[in-house]
Amino acid sequence: MVKISNLDKSLSEHPFFEDMDAEIQKIIAGCARNERYEADAIIHHEGDKADRFYLVRGGVVSIELHVPGHEPVVMDSVHEGEVFGWSWIIPPYRNTYDARAVKLTRLVSLDAKCLRKKMKKNHELGYELLKRFIPVMAHRLSASRLQILDVFGSPKQKS
Amino acid sequence: MSIQAINTDPMLPDLFQIEHIRRELSDTFTLTLAAQDGKTDFQFQPGQFNMLYQFGVGEVPISISGDPARSDRLIHTIRDVGSVTSAMAKLAKGDVIGLRGPYGKPWPVEDMEGQDIVIITGGIGLAPLRPAIYHILANRKKYGKVVLLYGARTPGDILYRKELEKWRGRFDMCVEVTVDNAGREWSGNVGVVPNLVSRARFDPLHTSAMVCGPEIMMHYAIKALNSADVANDQIYVSMERNMKCAVGFCGHCQYGHNFVCKDGPVFRFDRISKIFSVREV
Ligand SMILES: Cc1cc2nc3c(=O)[nH]c(=O)nc-3n(C[C@H](O)[C@H](O)[C@H](O)COP(=O)(O)OP(=O)(O)OC[C@H]3O[C@@H](n4cnc5c(N)ncnc54)[C@H](O)[C@@H]3O)c2cc1C
Ligand code: FES
Repeated sequence: MVKISNLDKSLSEHPFFEDMDAEIQKIIAGCARNERYEADAIIHHEGDKADRFYLVRGGVVSIELHVPGHEPVVMDSVHEGEVFGWSWIIPPYRNTYDARAVKLTRLVSLDAKCLRKKMKKNHELGYELLKRFIPVMAHRLSASRLQILDVFGSPKQKS
Repeated sequence: MSIQAINTDPMLPDLFQIEHIRRELSDTFTLTLAAQDGKTDFQFQPGQFNMLYQFGVGEVPISISGDPARSDRLIHTIRDVGSVTSAMAKLAKGDVIGLRGPYGKPWPVEDMEGQDIVIITGGIGLAPLRPAIYHILANRKKYGKVVLLYGARTPGDILYRKELEKWRGRFDMCVEVTVDNAGREWSGNVGVVPNLVSRARFDPLHTSAMVCGPEIMMHYAIKALNSADVANDQIYVSMERNMKCAVGFCGHCQYGHNFVCKDGPVFRFDRISKIFSVREV
C-alpha cells in the first residue's frame, strides 16, 4: 500500500499540479492512488463509467477509437507529465475512447466520485482543478481539429 | 560554378538526365539529376529551389533536398500532386528534364551557429529542410542542441524513414516523429506535430527554429514555439506560392509586398507574421 505522502510527492512533481496550493493538493491526494500497467494492458474501455482521471508519471498511453468492422485507430499518445480522461467532469460520465498502455506505464489515478464530492464542498478546489483542465481540453480540441483537417493528406485523394 | 552561371537567359533551362529514381512513398519519389553537358559543380544553399521543367507539360519549383557539401549531382524529392508532378512521377532513368536555378533565400544556417536548433516539419516539408540538417550535422560542434520534430499522416507516410532512424540513433540529436493516426502496431507518438514542442528540451532564449510544412501546420507549430517562449524573430518559415519566372519578373508569387521566389521562400517569421494570418494574400 502506497503512503499518502508518496502520492503527495507524485502530485506535486506532476506539471498538472504546478503552483497549486499545498493544502488543496493534500485534499486531492486523498482521492488519489498509484497504478501500474504492463505494455498492452487496457486502462479503460470506451463506454465504461468514467470513474477516474489519470496523470502519467512514466510510460505512454495510447488513446484509441474503435470503428465497428475496423482495426482500432490510435488517435493520440499521452506521455509523462500529461493527463488524460476528462469524461469524469462531463455527464453522463462515460469514457469516450479506449486507453491502453503502450509500454510499462505508471499513473496516478484520481477517484472521480471522491473529487466531485470535494469540489462541490470546496469551490476553490473545484476552481483550481477546472483552471487546469480547461486548457488541456482546449489544447486537445485544437489538436483534434488539425488532425481532422488531414493537412498531410494527398490533394488527389481529397479532390 | 553555380547553375545560374551556365546560361545567361534566366528563363532558359539546362538539360539534366535522370541518373537514379528512388520511390520514397506511394506518391513521393526522389530524382538524382546529372547535367547532360557533363558539368558537375552545382553549389546551392540549404532551402533553395530549382525550377524543374517537364517538356510539354510545365515547370514547377522544387527544393533541392540533397547534401550541399556534395554538389556534383542535384537531388529533388517530389510529391505527385497534380499535372506536372504526375508527369514527373512517370519518368524513367535516363529521361531528360529541364532545370534552372538555384533560386531563393536559404535557411540562414550560418547565422544560427551557437544556438539550439529546433526543426519542425511535416510530410514533404522534410525535403527542403534536409540540406539544412546535413549542414548542421556536418558542422555539429558549432550548434547547441539539435531537435528535429517531424509529423506524417500515418506510419506509412514517413519520408526518409531510414535516415530519420539513423539521426535518431545519434547521441547529439533529438529526433521525435509523430503521426496523425495509426494502427496498434505503431508504438511511436500519435498526435499532431506541434504537440511535440512542449515535450522537447531546448533553451528558448537561445534557439533558432526552422518550420516547413502545410501553412496550417506551420501556424500551429509557431503558436507552440511562442508558448515555449521562442519569439517570432527566432523562427524561420518556408513559404509556398505558385511560381512562373522564379526570378522576380512576373509577380506570380507575390506575397504581401514580397515575392516568394526572390525574397523567400525562407522568411524570418516576424517579417511576414502580419500577412501570414491574412486569409487571402
Ligand atoms: C519554393 C518551393 C519549393 C517547393 N519544394 C517542393 C519539393 O521539394 N517537393 C515537392 O514535392 N513540392 C515542392 N513544392 C511544391 C510544388 O511546386 C507543387 O506541388 C507543384 O508546383 C504542383 O504542380 P502540379 O502541376 O503537379 O500540380 P497542379 O496541377 O498545379 O495542382 C494540382 C492540385 O494540387 C494542389 N496543389 C498544388 N501544389 C500543392 C502542394 N504543394 N501541396 C498540396 N496541394 C497542392 C492544387 O491546389 C491542385 O488542386 C515547392 C513549392 C515551392 C514554391
Ligand atoms: S515567380 Fe515570377 S516573380 Fe516570383
